[in-house]
Amino acid sequence: MSRRQEQLPGKLIAVEGLDGSGKSTQIHLVHQWLKSKGYRVFFTEWNSSSLVREATKKGKKRQLLTPTTFSLIHATDFADRYERQMLPLLRAGYIVLCDRYIFTSFARDATRGCDQAWLRDMYGFARIPDITFFFRLPLEVALGRILEGRPQLKYFEAGMDLGLSPDITESFRIFQGRVLDQYLKMADEYGFTVMDATLSVHEQQKVVRSAIQQRIDLALYHKRFVQ
Amino acid sequence: MSPQRFYKLPPPGVDPSKLGGTLIVIEGPDSSGRSTHIGLLRNWLEEQGYAVAQVGLKRSNLVAAELEKAKQGNILSPRTLSLFYATDFYDQLENQIVPALRAGFVVLSDRYIYTLMARDIVRGAEPGWVESIYSMAPVPEAVFYLMVSSKTLVDRTFQSHAELDYWESGMDCGLGRDWFSSFLRYQRKIRQEFVKMQKAYGFDVVNANRTIPALDADLKGRIQQVLSRVEKK
Repeated sequence: MSRRQEQLPGKLIAVEGLDGSGKSTQIHLVHQWLKSKGYRVFFTEWNSSSLVREATKKGKKRQLLTPTTFSLIHATDFADRYERQMLPLLRAGYIVLCDRYIFTSFARDATRGCDQAWLRDMYGFARIPDITFFFRLPLEVALGRILEGRPQLKYFEAGMDLGLSPDITESFRIFQGRVLDQYLKMADEYGFTVMDATLSVHEQQKVVRSAIQQRIDLALYHKRFVQ
Repeated sequence: MSPQRFYKLPPPGVDPSKLGGTLIVIEGPDSSGRSTHIGLLRNWLEEQGYAVAQVGLKRSNLVAAELEKAKQGNILSPRTLSLFYATDFYDQLENQIVPALRAGFVVLSDRYIYTLMARDIVRGAEPGWVESIYSMAPVPEAVFYLMVSSKTLVDRTFQSHAELDYWESGMDCGLGRDWFSSFLRYQRKIRQEFVKMQKAYGFDVVNANRTIPALDADLKGRIQQVLSRVEKK
């Protein structure tokens, strides 16, 4: 399906990457920076719409979800946030920051066996971000960060529904490896700005801020500037 | 036994060659008599020795409660509502329809993807988008669309409820300020979508303005043919 990418006054910035890649920290720092400078900015994260949260929680807890319903319920959450918040704010001239975007679904749900064309059609209403930062980390490093800090893995997060391994840690390793492959396949197609996530948080943040300054005329988004 | 066909690919994890039952869909607006006739068909099929599973929209464990809540509050954008319904549909497809087909049941579906698609399209969704969403649905052996005139529909609705349903009147669509005219306009739009879909998907349109026994005999005759066709395969 062709994707209509109409011109909007706002700008959309997304971060993507594996669990443990540090993307949430980076987008949080961007949010703090833009707020403190007085820009019109809004932050939203994957799987956070209050409306859908109950159903998702229930589905995950009771392990009721199949790859298809897992994907659809996240798309429902995304659509709710997109149409209620992101799109109106983009029309109003905000900078919208997204911790995970449709590429998370493309990577995870394709790993679960969903058809790529089906996924892309479903999310055909969502615009491609002005900048997508992809935080790239060698698989072992990402796994190390998660497995070291938070040994209680969740069923779906570890891809246990795929029957990759009866051992949850092993399942998590295999699943994350496949998700990473999917991300890397998309990097060119969607013009990801690939970040070296092995660098220090501060180093990375400098690169991120300078990329944003280069590609977005921030002055237009200052609260004092009337569009 | 020939493999179950799907509009495009089956959902991940579903093997079409293992599905042996027969999927039959009854479509039509509220008050068209769908549930009455499905009940009659079920008894009749069971008498003949067919195992029957009944399924319908908005009955899944996963999101039915949330959907009901969201509809009460009327706070969803049309697209979110579409995806919520699609989640619900696939939940039922994978947890009820597919297992029943695998077990060789006759599955009587009280409405199917066509109602969902028609509702979405009337509310402004791109037809290609909704078609793609529902493209993992199995192709039914037969779809009977119970066509009812607006007049009969209004009569029957008032006889059973004495009021019109908010959603069945399309009150969220801005078609008119009064419920009665909105109901008529909305039902006409849905009917128009069904007529369009009939060409693409090949429904049997059944005149449902008739008495219950007349329509019942007609449906049974048609379903008998479907079943003998399926058994010859």
